[in-house]
Formats: sequence, structure tokens, C-alpha cells
Amino acid sequence: MSEQQYEKYYVPAQSPWPIVGAVALFLIAVGAGNFVIETTKGKDGYGGWTLLAGLAILVIMLVGWFRDQIEESMTGMHSNQLGRSYRQGMSWFIFSEVMFFAAFFGALFYARMIAVPWLGGSSNNAMTNEVLWPGFEAMWPLVKTPGGTTTEAMGWFGLPLANTVVLLISSVTAHFAHVALEEGKRKQLTLFLGVTILLGLGFLVLQVEEYVHAYREMGLMLTSGVYGNTFFMLTGFHGLHVTLGTILLIIMFFRVLKGHFSKDNQFAFQAASWYWHFVDVVWVLLFIFVYIL
Amino acid sequence: MALPRMNNWSFWILPFAFLILLSSLFLEGGGPNFGWTFYAPLSTTYSNDSTALFVFSVHIMGASSIMGAINVIVTIFNMRAPGMTWMKMPLFVWTWLITAFLLIAVMPVLAGAVTMVLTDKFFGTSFFNAAGGGDPVLFQHIFWFFGHPEVYIMILPAFGIISQIVPTFSRKPLFGYASMVYATASIALLSFIVWAHHMFTTGMPVAAELFFMFATMLISVPTGVKVFNWVATMWRGAITFEIPMLFALAFIVLFTIGGFSGLMLAITPVDFQYHDTYFVVAHFHYVLVTGAVFSIMAAVYYWLPKWCGKMYDLGLAKWHFWCSLISVNVLFFPMHFVGLAGMPRRIPDYALQFADFNKWISIGGFAFGLSQLIFLALLIKACRKQGEPATDRVWEGAEGLEWEIPSPAPYHTFETPPVVK
Ligand SMILES: [Cu+2]
Repeated sequence: MSEQQYEKYYVPAQSPWPIVGAVALFLIAVGAGNFVIETTKGKDGYGGWTLLAGLAILVIMLVGWFRDQIEESMTGMHSNQLGRSYRQGMSWFIFSEVMFFAAFFGALFYARMIAVPWLGGSSNNAMTNEVLWPGFEAMWPLVKTPGGTTTEAMGWFGLPLANTVVLLISSVTAHFAHVALEEGKRKQLTLFLGVTILLGLGFLVLQVEEYVHAYREMGLMLTSGVYGNTFFMLTGFHGLHVTLGTILLIIMFFRVLKGHFSKDNQFAFQAASWYWHFVDVVWVLLFIFVYIL
Repeated sequence: MALPRMNNWSFWILPFAFLILLSSLFLEGGGPNFGWTFYAPLSTTYSNDSTALFVFSVHIMGASSIMGAINVIVTIFNMRAPGMTWMKMPLFVWTWLITAFLLIAVMPVLAGAVTMVLTDKFFGTSFFNAAGGGDPVLFQHIFWFFGHPEVYIMILPAFGIISQIVPTFSRKPLFGYASMVYATASIALLSFIVWAHHMFTTGMPVAAELFFMFATMLISVPTGVKVFNWVATMWRGAITFEIPMLFALAFIVLFTIGGFSGLMLAITPVDFQYHDTYFVVAHFHYVLVTGAVFSIMAAVYYWLPKWCGKMYDLGLAKWHFWCSLISVNVLFFPMHFVGLAGMPRRIPDYALQFADFNKWISIGGFAFGLSQLIFLALLIKACRKQGEPATDRVWEGAEGLEWEIPSPAPYHTFETPPVVK
């Protein structure tokens, strides 16, 4: 067997973008840290500006990085092996995201099934309740905390249900878009991808409306005890992921309009649609565990 | 690497993230003041403002780790040379694969933990505050769900290194290769269900204490398999005692001591006595310093000639080994006794009866630190390309692709995949 039978290793050209990206993350972390301190403690400083500068550099870096990458891909410089690496890399990235949400789901389950009942005196904690939090009754959703903060529980009917439907449909249209791409039907591809994006944006609008409703009319806030904490952190991080997913899909939309992607060259599109399905699955879990149960 | 640019990015993030953590020391109010475990409420109610910088630097370090780990996994899954089947892979590669999996699984959980600390401290949430329905113990659960796999992240590559070095200098193939792979995988899987052994004294139902006790003790089985296999590899081998082998032998003996004290700590009622004493400090320094750090030194002495093409100064290396070995035991062994006698950790002062032991611990500590200057001198000499040129194979019994290419390896090593038979 001669070595020539094997594909050459993909060795990319030198690129300045990784170190630019590191600088961007540095500014973002420093900026975000200082921004948090300044806004919550009422201090003056440049945290916000540093954060913005970092984000701007990050955007420039991403645009530059992906422009180079797309150019290399369109001129056929990528090996098949690299395509596989990208797909596997994306799957593992999504796995890491799953674990991030798992931490917050874990906090939700712990608070609900262990912390709150214990504070209410269950198991062998009668004295905890009696001495430390007299009069506190365990319940979920926790609308009255041991400290006495009260709030209202968010029902699952109405906006949340509508949002579930919107996201589920968008998952289906994203799938149809992918099928259309596989079959080379460009018009359908554009149509379904466009619909998916609109549904994503619709979801975000409804989500904002839900938050406004929670804050203004229900008194359900991030600070309303552990029910409000888990509610807003889980739905909030999910919303961020929907935002990111929508941005990815919009980029894919413009690339589709430019005639990019084919049956054999579609990693970016696939990655965006995987990400979209992942965001959907997380929402379904959220809907069950945060809203319904 | 499969994704070289991402690898580059993940590398460059680290110095910047470290810079942020370091610079927080000079902030108003001082740096993070809650130890590496940042237990709530120390890190929430009682911490200073630099906590925000701590949180965000941990975030970008986590991003760096995850990117690095994805790269390792994808490279191993996808870029193995033709003929390099799974069960032919060097054990160092296997341990890294499993380590990288652990990293991807637990770094996001750490990110979640620091995020909750951030919002608890600055945005009025009460994940770790009973007044709002949360629980400080929840912090410990989340933290140790990350923290326990994290210590295996540090030790599994060490197991891989030792599994490369011992066969080389015993001139025998590794005993029980397949069992070594399965043992590594089961250690990794078990690491997800033992975290609360760090919390035996913080309050848990008895059933949970029992579960975490037995699950933890179970880990000693695959770990025992490993130690047995290393010893069996040496059995009737033509052993020579080059520097990497010396460190590997020290590793096997001293890591096993650390493993045994770990087994003692795993027993819940006994841990009630040992918890937060110097016995724990002795335990984890035996597994991490004479374990992980010694294996890194072994690895440097094993591969350094391959990296720079020159054999290092053997005299200095011997001095380094013996000084380190003796001083590290003077440093950590007495900690077992003061710990059993009740000296608590994380308290700068101690009762008078511990003074003599602490004197020896201090002497050992300084001696161990100074011994590393020998290592530094050796490395500087090696970097300046002094010494005898190294052959391709370097060690008589070395096996594996890296020993088939020149020392130092050419730029990019292989342009096309080499075929492994
Ligand atoms: Cu542990």
C-alpha cells in the first residue's frame, strides 16, 4: 500500500484571527466584569465601553474568520476529512451546551424537590422550619419565599403554549429546508429557511412580551426567590440561544441567496440547523419542567 | 490537530484569562478571597467585587478548555492514521480521549455554577440563599459535580504517560492493554456519580451518604487494575532505570499511597473525623503532586530528547529526581499524622503541639521548591540545544510512531497519513 492513496492532511494558511479572538474575549471578560460591578454598585468606569469594544472585535474576528473559511471552502481547499471533523466538532459543541443547561435544570430540580421541602420541614428538618423559618410552607411554584417575597406563578397556557407551537413548527420547516437542499430545490430551500427565521423572530417577540407581562403585571422577577431565578435563568439562556440560532440562520439565508451550499458542501447549513433542533429540544424540556409541572 | 485554528484560539485565551484572574488581586478590596472551591456564601454574600472578574475569567477559561477538548476528541476520532485501530492506540491517546470527554461534560457545569454565583452576588437571585428558597449546599453539589471529574481530568493523562513509560523501560508490551482501556473508561464514568463524597459532613440523607460512599470505593477497583497492570508489566521485564522510569516508579508507589488514603476518606463515618484536616491535604497532594506532577516530569524526561533533539544533562536529572523524591515526602508525609491528630486545613494558625511536624513540613516544602530550580536549569540547557544529539528512537525499548521520525520532529511531522501495521 503506498501512502499516496490517502488524502493529504489539511494544513490551513496562517491566520491572525485566533489571537484577535483571544483579545476580544479578554476585553469582553474584563469589560463584563467591570460593567457588572459598576452598574450594580453604582460606580463609574469604563466597563461598558470595554465590553462593547470586545464585542466589536469579536464580531470583526468572526466575520473575518468565516470569510476566510467560506472562501477556502468555496475554492475547494477543504478535504473530506475536514468536513467530518467540522461535523463531529459541532456535535460535541452541542453536547457541551446540553451540559450547560443541565446545570440549571439540576438547580431547578434540587430547589424544587430538596431545598424547598427541607425549608418547609420535611425529612428530618422539622427544627429548621420551626426555628429558622417559622410559618414557611413548602410549595412549588414557590410564590412565597421563606424570606417573605411573594410573586405569581407563570401558567403554561397562552403565550408559552403559543411559543411551543411556534418553535416546533420552525423545527419542522428547518428540516424541510434541509430536505430541499439535499434535493437541490433552491426555491423551496429559500422559502422554508425564510419561514424558519420568521418563526424564530416571532418566538423572540413573544418571549419579550411574556417577560414584560411577568415583570409589570405578575410581579414575577429575576429576584423573586428561587422560582423566579430558575424561571428567568432557564428561559433567558434559552432565549439567548434562540437569538444566536436565528442569527446563524439569517447568515445561512444570505449564503443561500448567494448560491452557496450544495448536497456535498453544506456543513455550515447543517450546523445551524442542528443547533436549531437542539434549541427546540431544550424548549420542550423547559415547557414541561418549568411551565407545566 | 483536526481543527488547528480553533486549537490556536483556545491556546491564546489562556494567558489572557490568567491575566484577568491575576489582575483582580490589584483591584479595590483585593482579589477573590474564597479559595479555589468558592463555596457560597463565601463567594456570594461575603466576597468582594472582584468576584465578577473571577467569574468571567473562569468563563473564558472554560471556553478555552471546551474548544481544546473538542479538538482532541475530533482529532482522535477522525484523524487516526490508516491502520491505527482503536485497540492499537497508545494508552496516552486513550487517556486523553477520555479526559477530553470529561472536560466537555463538566466545564459547562462549572460555567453554570459561576453564573449562579454572579447572579446571586450582583443581581439578587437566591440559588444559594435559603431566604429565597435556595440552598448553599446546592452550590456544593453543582461545584463537585464538576470538581470530582476535574481531578480525573488531571490524573487520567498521568495514567497514560505511565502506561507509555513503564513498557519502554521494562522492554515488554503493556500488560493487560484492553483492561487498561476499560479501566480508564470506567473510572471516567464512575466519576460522575461520586461527587458528594466531598460533602459527607455538609448534610445529606443517610441513603445518599451510603450511595456516595460505595460508589467512591468502587473506583478503587479500576484504579487497582491499573496499578496491578503496571507492576505486572515490569514483572520479569529487562528493566533499566533511566530518569523517566525513576519518576514512573516513584509515581506508582506514591500515587498508590495517595489512593489508599483516598479509600480511607471514602468511608463516610471515618471521613467525619478526617474531613477538612491535613489528612485530606496529604491525600490530594500524594495523588496530584507525586501523581500528576511527577508524571508530567516523567513525560518531560521521556519526550524532551524528541522535542529538542538533544539528550538532557543526566547528572542534573538524577539530582532533580532524588532531591524531589526525598523532599516531597518530607513535605507531605507528616501531614498524614498532623491531620489524624486533628490539625484543620485552611486555618493559618495551629495548636502548639503541631509545631515540630510543621517545621519539617516547611523544610520539605522549601527543599521541594528549590529542587525544581535544578529542573529549570536542565530545561534551560536543553532549550539552548546543549548536550549529545539524540537518536530517532532515543530509548532502546521505545515503541510508537513518534520514535520512527527524526529528533526533533520535522515541521508538521507528517504531510500525509503514515500507515500503521
Ligand atoms: Cu472527589
